[in-house]
Amino acid sequence: MSEPTTTAAAMVRAEGVRKSFGLVEVLKGIDLEVRTGEVFVLVGPSGSGKSTFLRCINHLEKVSGGRLSVDGELVGYRQKGERLYELRDHEVARKRRDIGMVFQHFNLFPHMTALENITEAPVQVRKEGKADARERARALLERVGLSDKAASYPSQLSGGQQQRVAIARALAMKPKLMLFDEPTSALDPELVGEVLDVMRGLAEEGMTMIVVTHEMGFAREVGDALVFMDAGVVVESGHPREVLANPQHERTKAFLSKVL
Amino acid sequence: MNSSDQGSVRPGQPEAIKAVPVRHPGRWAGALVVAVLAAMLIHALVTNHQFQWDVVRKYLFDSSILHGLGVTLELTALSMLIGVFGGTILAIMRLSPNPVLSGTAWFYIWVFRGTPILVQLLFWNFLGALWPKLSIGVPFGPAFGSESTNKLIPLFVAALLGLGLNEAAYMAEIVRGGIQSVSVGQTEAAHALGMSQSSTMRRIILPQAMRVIIPPTGNETISMLKTTSLVSAISLEELLRAGENIYSRTFQTIPLLVVVSIWYLLMTSILTVVQYYIERHYARGANRILPPTPLQRLRGLFSGRSPRTTTPDVVPGLEGGGHL
Ligand SMILES: Nc1ncnc2c1ncn2[C@@H]1O[C@H](COP(=O)(O)OP(=O)(O)O)[C@@H](O)[C@H]1O
Ligand SMILES: [Mg+2]
Repeated sequence: MSEPTTTAAAMVRAEGVRKSFGLVEVLKGIDLEVRTGEVFVLVGPSGSGKSTFLRCINHLEKVSGGRLSVDGELVGYRQKGERLYELRDHEVARKRRDIGMVFQHFNLFPHMTALENITEAPVQVRKEGKADARERARALLERVGLSDKAASYPSQLSGGQQQRVAIARALAMKPKLMLFDEPTSALDPELVGEVLDVMRGLAEEGMTMIVVTHEMGFAREVGDALVFMDAGVVVESGHPREVLANPQHERTKAFLSKVL
Repeated sequence: MNSSDQGSVRPGQPEAIKAVPVRHPGRWAGALVVAVLAAMLIHALVTNHQFQWDVVRKYLFDSSILHGLGVTLELTALSMLIGVFGGTILAIMRLSPNPVLSGTAWFYIWVFRGTPILVQLLFWNFLGALWPKLSIGVPFGPAFGSESTNKLIPLFVAALLGLGLNEAAYMAEIVRGGIQSVSVGQTEAAHALGMSQSSTMRRIILPQAMRVIIPPTGNETISMLKTTSLVSAISLEELLRAGENIYSRTFQTIPLLVVVSIWYLLMTSILTVVQYYIERHYARGANRILPPTPLQRLRGLFSGRSPRTTTPDVVPGLEGGGHL
């Protein structure tokens, strides 16, 4: 809050972000800032609104109040003077290209091979040449340690392998921001490590990442900032090592005592 | 190999279990009864002179029968085409958040599923009586040109509209079920990658919905092949009508109905085989190893190997449909 330059370096900025489903308010005014190149960890009990917040960032959910911007541009709206204009579907889609998302249940396309999963969006959305896309997809598969699985279907892969393909698929769009929604929660314990390793590698390369996770070891080791959310509000935030070692709020303490 | 070998572990090849299989005396008795009944039936068919098998043979490849068969096949193919495309559009409309679109689709399905196909066929046939002229122009405004309805909608087109538009209503429900069977996570993943509504539908949702859509569509096609016989009621000369035209001259009713039935049976059998291979193609990615085709199974039988373990040639992704 001291230097005004953070505004320029903010990848995601949320000011009083609210979201309601019908009469139920799920996000009750979220304020936070994710800086470019940062690994931003979001933790909180189930139902606290973490997924909803992530989904607002790439407009899978429509924000009901407040302001949310990515890379200096409002999510879902165009501002002209004082007026806000809702974006059209194709404009929303255009913005989503630059934001990668990794889901708890992978959501790979089951009718496509690992390679086809990765080339689909570059070819269909970015109109990349098929040969180029395939070559880049192979490189991405190698990067996540799955060069031998190019021709496998998702049903032939383990959970950890599927999630690594899903990360490669998101990276194929060359995103400037990656959203991870509990990427290891659906995995057997022995498969968690291989996915976290890929994410650690990404962080080292300077990718801006927002990670919802219960892996506190990862948060402590890789995270640059951590926010604890509960019931739709930010309860506490700070450097992961500090918050995890020395939580200030009762709710944070109660939550951490369960997951640590 | 003597009994002392049993249980000893040989490297690489585990010993197959030797056991006396369960006997099924009931099956044998049942098979015997069925075989006797089948023999009696065949005997009755062959020896009953009412069937006049020589007449059947004479008319089986009669040119007017073959022409009727052609019309039947054409009607089946084209009306299924209308049905599938129309049904897909209706299904997408029905699932649209726009209430005008979904309401229109609902109304269409309500009308076309709620009235008998025969009545619809008659309606299309008598459209000329309702609106003697059809014109093209500004809605409620001046017309650029008009044409006699009966000239615009000849018999074949009336039949096609009747069958196709009715089929679209049924296909709409089948396609809708297929689309809804695909998890929302798939749509979200595609949207998150920046894919548009339409390419998400075309590239991600519909191909997966196919697995659910194909089997009932195959049944619809087979059923359509037989439903086309209803258009004989508006005197379009398809297979049944071709047969009727002959026996109304020669009074050889039964043999000509047999001729017609033989062709229907042959066509539905071929469609059943085609359906099998198409279903197999769309099972890609769902099963780890595709089941062997009947031909692969036969080959396995003659080469003495178990077909279930001899299908590594089916590499998923290398066109599942092409394995004959
Ligand atoms: N589409 C929706 N419609 C209605 N309620 C929803 C919807 N999505 C999420 N919610 C509700 O919002 C709350 C927060 O959900 P979520 O963001 O998934 O929490 P978290 O990811 O922290 O577990 C939950 O109570 C959930 O039931
Ligand atoms: Mg969640």
